[in-house]
Amino acid sequence: MTDYPIVEATDIPAAITALKQHYPDAVKEDTRQGYSGVVVDRKRLVEIAKFIRDDLGFDYLSSATAVDYYGIADEMEMVYHAYRTAGGPALVFKAQTPRDNPEIPSLVEIWPGADFQEREAWDLYGIRFPGHPNLKRILLWEGFHGHPMRKDWHEAYYEQDHKPFDSRWPAGHVRRAEELNVYGKNVRYPADIDLSKLSDRSEEALYSDLGLGVSIQELEGDASLKTDRLVVNMGPHHPSTHGVFRMIITLNGETIESLEPVMGYLHRNHEKIGERNTFLHNMPFTDRLDYISSMSNNLGYALAVEQLLAKGARYQPPTYRAEVIRVLMVELTRIVNHYWAIGFLLNDLGAFFTPALYAIAEREKILDFFEATAGSRMMCNYMRFGGVFKDIPERIRSVANLVNDRVRDFNTMEYLTELINERIPRSIDELDEFLTESEIVKSRSIGVGYLPPEMAIAYSAAGPLLRASGVPYDVRRAEPYSIYPELDFDIAVRTHGDIYDRYLIRLDEMRESVRILKQILPRLERTRGEPIFAGSKQHTPRVPLGEAYGRVENPKGELGFYIVSAGDEKGPQNPWRYHVRAPSFINLTALGQMCIGHKVADVVAILGSIDIVLGETDR
Amino acid sequence: MYGKGIAKGLWVTFRHFVNTYLDDIRYAGRKYLRQDNFEIRQGLKAQGAFTVQYPDEKLAVPERFRFIPFLVVEDPDHPERPNHDWCTSCGICAKVCPPQCIWIVRGSDPATGRPIPEPEAFYIDIDICMNCGYCAEFCPFDAIKMDHDYELASYDRTRHHIHDKQRLSKPLSYWKQIAPTTALEEAIERGGWEHPDIIKVMKKAGKEPVQPTAENMFAKPAALTATVPEPPAAEAAADADPAKAERLRKREEALAGKRAAEGGEAPAAAAPPAASAAPAAESKPAETLAPGGKPKFDKQAMLAKIRERKAK
Amino acid sequence: MSQLDLRELNSTEFPIPDEMQGNVAITSLSKIYNWSRRSSMWPLLFGLACCAIEMIATAASRYDLSRFGMEVMRASPRQSDLMIVSGTVTKKMVVPIVRLYNQMPEPKYVLAMGACASGGGPFKEGYNVVSGIDQYLPVDVYVPGCPPTPQALLFGLIALQKKIDGQSLANLDDVPWYGVGPSEPTPIPILGPDIIDPRQMDLIRRQAELAAAGKPYGIREIPAPVQKQEAPQVEAKTKAASEGSEDEAKAERMRKREEALARKKARQGS
Repeated sequence: MTDYPIVEATDIPAAITALKQHYPDAVKEDTRQGYSGVVVDRKRLVEIAKFIRDDLGFDYLSSATAVDYYGIADEMEMVYHAYRTAGGPALVFKAQTPRDNPEIPSLVEIWPGADFQEREAWDLYGIRFPGHPNLKRILLWEGFHGHPMRKDWHEAYYEQDHKPFDSRWPAGHVRRAEELNVYGKNVRYPADIDLSKLSDRSEEALYSDLGLGVSIQELEGDASLKTDRLVVNMGPHHPSTHGVFRMIITLNGETIESLEPVMGYLHRNHEKIGERNTFLHNMPFTDRLDYISSMSNNLGYALAVEQLLAKGARYQPPTYRAEVIRVLMVELTRIVNHYWAIGFLLNDLGAFFTPALYAIAEREKILDFFEATAGSRMMCNYMRFGGVFKDIPERIRSVANLVNDRVRDFNTMEYLTELINERIPRSIDELDEFLTESEIVKSRSIGVGYLPPEMAIAYSAAGPLLRASGVPYDVRRAEPYSIYPELDFDIAVRTHGDIYDRYLIRLDEMRESVRILKQILPRLERTRGEPIFAGSKQHTPRVPLGEAYGRVENPKGELGFYIVSAGDEKGPQNPWRYHVRAPSFINLTALGQMCIGHKVADVVAILGSIDIVLGETDR
Repeated sequence: MYGKGIAKGLWVTFRHFVNTYLDDIRYAGRKYLRQDNFEIRQGLKAQGAFTVQYPDEKLAVPERFRFIPFLVVEDPDHPERPNHDWCTSCGICAKVCPPQCIWIVRGSDPATGRPIPEPEAFYIDIDICMNCGYCAEFCPFDAIKMDHDYELASYDRTRHHIHDKQRLSKPLSYWKQIAPTTALEEAIERGGWEHPDIIKVMKKAGKEPVQPTAENMFAKPAALTATVPEPPAAEAAADADPAKAERLRKREEALAGKRAAEGGEAPAAAAPPAASAAPAAESKPAETLAPGGKPKFDKQAMLAKIRERKAK
Repeated sequence: MSQLDLRELNSTEFPIPDEMQGNVAITSLSKIYNWSRRSSMWPLLFGLACCAIEMIATAASRYDLSRFGMEVMRASPRQSDLMIVSGTVTKKMVVPIVRLYNQMPEPKYVLAMGACASGGGPFKEGYNVVSGIDQYLPVDVYVPGCPPTPQALLFGLIALQKKIDGQSLANLDDVPWYGVGPSEPTPIPILGPDIIDPRQMDLIRRQAELAAAGKPYGIREIPAPVQKQEAPQVEAKTKAASEGSEDEAKAERMRKREEALARKKARQGS
């Protein structure tokens, strides 16, 4: 572990000035109301991006996403957020392209981490990226009609552009959406559908460029043996893919030659629905991103919207007690998530279910607290813009209402104190004792799935994956939010970058979280009775125009919400763009690299060590 | 020494194994008898987790637990308006519902056709509901709450998964039972155990409502006033404003004319709303049902009304 | 609790003396068959989304599925009896799900866990979401909730056990898998421009023709409001009406299809 200083805000205006000096005719400042950063001439994007990375030092591309300004301007826009791994705020740069023939040069050679994000932009927005090595659909299947995130693309059950829908009140005669659609199945076909040419091209497209049918010896110039490459398809139904993830693995014998992740099996259109929702509607939807750590997702989204609200005149920041409770919840969530991650990593290593059962049993104790405070075990929906839903209750009390109900009743502060001071440290130690020195765990994980630090940065890896490679980057310190600056904790860093270190770093992080929680407890006592909400609760707040990128250090890595508020001069009630920078999704970019050269049995372990959740990967 | 780590790990599993039995011995014969033993075993003091023998014993859920929403109605023994809806069909829950699973038909006075603070029909599609609790959180009348009943599995979703008003309505005393602390907090905020509108009426009449405490939670409400609660402010304002009253009358006439024109040729179109209104009517207490029955709900006219209002 | 109690096997119509209660059971073949089936339902190890986490929590120590003989989650569909569809079914995923279902041996059951699997859930409006797995597979039990708590899922599983208990060997409708011949596999959807259910080919064809004639495509012209079950007369009427129109539509469809076939033959001939 390293001692890591809190970085002061680095000078973004200076960077912008330098950019403007070097490229006076290709860079101009973004002057739209509430926007920041620069707009770059798309023809010189690659060149400028290289300058941003090498000369200005913004070496970490956090997020690359598209926005469709249909109806406002006849343009689409790629928005890039680049950071310095030393810390500090983002340099935001954008490239614009006309809607009818959208094309923006690919940045994959500058930042390989842009790979999946550009594929997503192609899939959902239809922006082409010349120079991209593998520009295929990523979330939907090859052959899908249209690019659904475009504002003028409507799905089968489309009702209205924005919620709330007029059909719900005051004349809300209940009707299932199926009944409005001829097929009843949430589908709509292009009017010129040709049934005779109908075929499923989705699988074909996946296997087309794997070089099948070419024998290995032919490639290596030795024709004495005729062996072929073997393609193994893992998933989407596979016990070790943590959901519905799929990998197409090309093998030479048992050694992996290439691995291509295939996702989208849980693509449930989070962002499209998010743009139809009001700002508040999105909060419970964020629960379902990374459904193991819903509290953290809530916080990330709340921070992003609060950034926008802060541009308004009557904004009041969250109260101190609200911030204390937020950090309490988020750190407990981190522990929950790491219990789960370690338990199931061991499952993938072959220790079938015993470590996972121990981890789940401990997790239940924290979920009991979440259930008593937020009302649900998993889908907490707890944060609000300007505070939290409700103060933590005096007592964790269950109430009998059905037959045979067994009631529990604990004092919340006592419960929390015992949980944080005794129960969790004890169970972390137990997991440590149980697993860390086990020779089987070591032989399966040491040296497997190595990711060097420079590659981790280039691939935009985040969270434990990045820090296990020796990069001490943690959003809580790099760009502090909430009350983290006043808390004393270290960033856990390990240097070997293999599965074992990723396991160890999760144990370290749990211990650091306990350290934070121990500092939170007295603050909770001290602020008892103080308000948990600033201002008045609004159900449809109007949000000032502009853009915001709120990011938090989720248990799985950096979770970012890019939100654009546009389209209504009075301040819209619905986000124009709602993008989720999902750590699970972007961490997977490096999966193929990490697996090459290892045996096929190591794939599940490497995947387990990244710790993905499909709700977030596919959104 | 190679294998030491594995032995250590096995020792941990062995400890877990032995601990389970030790604990069983410690609570031998008493584990189902005493509540505090159960609490210990489900709390932090216990080593590991203890199985809840589900259908035989059930882990009670905390007060804030949220599952499917339900509508609060007055208790059946309420002296003035038994089984009356608390919902005023203001529509906030329908607006704030993220997946838009709430459908409300605003009630109208059978005599005048004007909106009244009472839903004619209320539906929640529990196949869409995401149990987020916003409807309960933002309801200004505390009229919709999150239920604790999670035992809802069914064999057929077409018939059981759209809850109508009858299915959704549960008495206030039920809410007090499943969430005593929260119900008390809300009542203190409202200023009495009664519906906010009644409290308003009482205060106007110079009567101070009983201050809510944990003791008088289940006390039978005394007869409050002789008057039935007034219609909401909007309608009162309409009465006061002659121009608006005139407009309303004209709209009424137009509506009646339209109905007459449509009535002959499109019985099929008019039938479904009537059918959907029928269960709602059943759930209503007898005295609130007008003897002549309600006029059929005209969706087109209602939409026209809304448009007109929006245009203003 | 997990011990075998013979009394639960007893058929009530045969009186057993008190002293022999618990030692002897007189029962019917159906009953003993159902009892053994429902006491060893093996679910498919198969999780889709958020609900899968609650399913795992149900299988873990606090709620413990093994009390119901269901802890043996099989990764292979060939060895499993029960498919717990735990989470949002997307169009991309429904293809493997149908394939898995076809691979499961009879008797097989499907439990739709959570709002998404039952009817689309909060994501229903999304372009890649199937509005309920019952659009493609027959579902035995629906468990509402988002997500259902472990106890709610257990309640659903007990409901499924009750359903199995009610199936009689004497009634072939209850146990169609003992009928003659192999059971019909569910047609696997195709991922075309949107997902295509092969069972809907005729409908798609008809709509394509409508579109060619410049009529609205894909949306019902007059949306029909939901018919409430509580009003049988209205329902009967509309049902009859819709049946009539369906017959006409079918005749029309058949006619068009024959015409198309004739055209095709003519083309091939020339």
